[in-house]
Amino acid sequence: MKHLEAIAAHALAIAATVFALYPLFWVFGLALSPTGLSSDARMWPLSSSPSLANARALVEGNPHFWTQLGNSLVISFATATVAIVLALPASYALARFSFLGAKAGLRTMLWTQMFPGVASAVPLYAILQTLGLLDSRLGLVLVYATTAIPFAVLQLKGAFETIPVELEEAAWVDGASRLRAFITVVLPAARPAIAVTFLFAFMSAWNEFILAATLLSRESAFTMPVVLQRLVGEHAARWGVFAAGALVVSIPVIALFYVAQKSLVAGLTAGGVKG
Amino acid sequence: MTASVWPGLSALFFLIFSAFSASAQGDELTLWHAYRDAEARALEHVVHGFAARTGHRVTVLAVPFDAYGSKLAAAIPNGNGPDLFIEAHERLGTYLRDNLVEPVPTGLDEGLDEGLDEGLDAPAHDGLRDAKNGGNTQGFDSSARRALLKDHALFGLPLAVKSLALFVDRAQVPGPIASLDDLPPPRQAGTYSLAYENESSYAFAIFVHGAGSSFLRDDGTFGFKGAEAVEALRSVQVLAASGRVPSEASAALVSQLFSEGRAAAMISGPWALGEALARPNVEVLPIPPLHRGGAALRPFLTVEALFFAKGKSGRGPVQDLARAIAFDDGAMLRSLEGHQVVPRRALDGRAELANIPALAAFRLAAKTAVPMPSTVTMRATWEPMGGALKAVLRGDLTPESAAAMAERRFLDVTRPLPLPTSPTPWTLALGALSLLGAAIFYRRSREQDWGAAFKRSLPAYAWVTHAALLLLLLVGVPLIVGAATSLYAGSRSEPRFVGAANYVSILTARGGELLGLGSFWRTLVVTLLWTAANVALHVTIGVSLGLALSRPLMRLKTFYRVLLVLPWAVPSYVSALAWKGMFHRQFGAINALLMHFGVEPISWFARFSTAFAANVATNVWLGFPFFMVVTIGAITGLPQEVLEAASIDGATRWQRFRYVTFPLLVPALLPSVLLGTVWTFNQFNVVCLVSGGEPDGSTDILVSEAYHWAFTRDAQVGYGAAYAVLIFLLLVLGTRALDAIGKKATS
Repeated sequence: MKHLEAIAAHALAIAATVFALYPLFWVFGLALSPTGLSSDARMWPLSSSPSLANARALVEGNPHFWTQLGNSLVISFATATVAIVLALPASYALARFSFLGAKAGLRTMLWTQMFPGVASAVPLYAILQTLGLLDSRLGLVLVYATTAIPFAVLQLKGAFETIPVELEEAAWVDGASRLRAFITVVLPAARPAIAVTFLFAFMSAWNEFILAATLLSRESAFTMPVVLQRLVGEHAARWGVFAAGALVVSIPVIALFYVAQKSLVAGLTAGGVKG
Repeated sequence: MTASVWPGLSALFFLIFSAFSASAQGDELTLWHAYRDAEARALEHVVHGFAARTGHRVTVLAVPFDAYGSKLAAAIPNGNGPDLFIEAHERLGTYLRDNLVEPVPTGLDEGLDEGLDEGLDAPAHDGLRDAKNGGNTQGFDSSARRALLKDHALFGLPLAVKSLALFVDRAQVPGPIASLDDLPPPRQAGTYSLAYENESSYAFAIFVHGAGSSFLRDDGTFGFKGAEAVEALRSVQVLAASGRVPSEASAALVSQLFSEGRAAAMISGPWALGEALARPNVEVLPIPPLHRGGAALRPFLTVEALFFAKGKSGRGPVQDLARAIAFDDGAMLRSLEGHQVVPRRALDGRAELANIPALAAFRLAAKTAVPMPSTVTMRATWEPMGGALKAVLRGDLTPESAAAMAERRFLDVTRPLPLPTSPTPWTLALGALSLLGAAIFYRRSREQDWGAAFKRSLPAYAWVTHAALLLLLLVGVPLIVGAATSLYAGSRSEPRFVGAANYVSILTARGGELLGLGSFWRTLVVTLLWTAANVALHVTIGVSLGLALSRPLMRLKTFYRVLLVLPWAVPSYVSALAWKGMFHRQFGAINALLMHFGVEPISWFARFSTAFAANVATNVWLGFPFFMVVTIGAITGLPQEVLEAASIDGATRWQRFRYVTFPLLVPALLPSVLLGTVWTFNQFNVVCLVSGGEPDGSTDILVSEAYHWAFTRDAQVGYGAAYAVLIFLLLVLGTRALDAIGKKATS
């Protein structure tokens, strides 16, 4: 029985891995081929003569490459940090206190996610200008953080609700303040959810280009998605270089996920009440 | 732990707060463009030379093409725009309507006799103009300059012309080419006489003009009708049936087939010059007639021009920069280094350009090309024309009915704006509503003693205020302002209050069939199907994987987890296009796989069911890792003691899952499923990139309709906003209904 279950789990994981990786091989094939994909109908995408010309064009053809990669990292990390720092207390309050407007606030926050951004870009631009936050990293970080906060609040609220109140009460009895108990007891227990939320908030900033291109007006301030999107013109695009860039851009995310999923494992032992 | 985090955090905040360095010295000038590669480098070269000569500081910004128009529209009215920007002339109508450009200052317009510009057919009189203009050395080609005239004023200095031409592989076609018939027939399967973007309206234009028809008439009415329109559609139908051209040919496929020598010729533009000129034996010619002795196939002409942003033409340095870019030396440099086809007379016969005959060929082609109309309605022609073209190529419609459909759809999109209404009743109603709201609020607060409740809530507010304020400012306010634009019609600079007219028009399908193609109700059905299919698959796949990969003894857990998160990690713009390529009829991997098993290849984007399936497959691929990660996070967060207690009680593994793990998991996953549903409902990227709404807009979802209305069709922002508000209301009602059902089920 246990063996059967293990076999089924592996079969599922392997099938999903094939499904996940196969299209990426096409992206790889595109990135490694200097002339674009071959026009043969075939099932194996990697070409027989791979070349790094596209990757080289990406890095060497752009004097700001490292600055822009740095911008992306700084902005995405800052977005995730700001979103989490703001969402943690809010979601804790929603999970633990019953207060006037809690339900209405939560509902309104959910509603903001339902309105397509089609008409709100221009007013957003005007607000950021009034605040003097145009063309600044801080402005972009705040905008991205607001897009990540609703998910973060819901996710963390759910996580806090599964943490037994007794954990905190024990700390209060020991004389800790509410804030202190929150930081020392609740946060460690919510680590898996925080890791997932951090990853999500990071991703919401990492791949975004429309707002970044609209709000930033200096080449050295651009983020990587804006730079990559410039490879697509009205009539033609440099797909090979774009694909190489897409792979480069995904490396930090994979690294981050590797770290985050370690904390998902660590949460197993850190979370429970022992004894 | 805390000690190690703070230095990192403070460094992060230093980095985001640090301003970009700027020094004040000389004049600051800004130039925006959407060029890439050689064109961008040549432009920078020109600008650097100018900056070095004059001491002015010039910021050159290359903006992604996809964000260019919206960036200009947001920045210029707010005073943050560039001094100069480069854009194709056909956008001029939109930019004039939105008040973003102003005429070229008189000192820079070398001018032509205005009297001559009127009513004369251009090419025949170019010579006359040239004579008036002081010989052949001054100014721009008349055809290019004329494209930038509006009411006798010149808007923008022509920088480069773009039009389609014929690239011929002389190794395969050594002889003269008097018509497209002279191209050799395909040598074997998989080779072609001619590759061109056979499904694009832009390329289709050459046949439209060749048949004597047009997209728009001079008076701005729809031109594609009658026998000429039918003939144009028939000629591409015959060409496609002959097997001499590849089907479903994208720009990338066209240049690929040509560069591999599998197409003897291709129809493409100056953007393909860089690659094509690197090969020997490639010659560029104006496009010959379809058949010997037939009418010339005339492509559209686009003139890329340097525009003066509103309020910026007065400054001397700005004019100097414009002169340096557009006039002789800059023109030469852009031509030589950027391979731009520059319509500047001073370049005629210059020895440096003799090595690049292709540039001269393109300039010649441009002189007989049809300047693309620059009226706002031009943008409304692409979709109907493309729809008619593709319907005929698929064999769904006869050329006659396809042409009739194109006109119907154009008229639908460009119907006159609703009449302005007085906002007074609306203001009064709004005032009455807010009074009523305040009254209800007051009564409730008295009944339930909100004062005391408020005091009790104060400690909680300390935890939520900052997040609430930020959300209100950066999400709430833009959202309300955006929603309010749905009550307006017309341009941003001259909005017209129309009340509920946009809503009425959407909900009644603009007087057409309620379930007809492109109607709100039909699109709603597609959107619901789309959301249901995606969410079901996302959750099933994501949660099963999350469960499988959370088994404590699972080997290779980390390995699987990292690999499976990859679809989320790679920017979706590229991976969605990889998926689109995999669904290509002739060259796609999926059809290759099907043929391997003896199944006939499928035209994925020719039918609703298969196109929809292709979209769903792509979106499921993009979205399942998110649900997997959320599930793993939720399982990890479950209190271990409960699970342990259950196993001590002797519950079987299945019982433990069914009665302990699963009920605990549901509340943790619910927010993600709810938000996932909302995001999928509004997820238009995949639809846009994979099927592009094919066939005939039938796979478009509501939010892609909103974007089409706001940005591509005639730029009706108010109409798009009304779509957005309707989507919002649907989602609010839908989630409330689900909530109610859920509550009933649990109680």
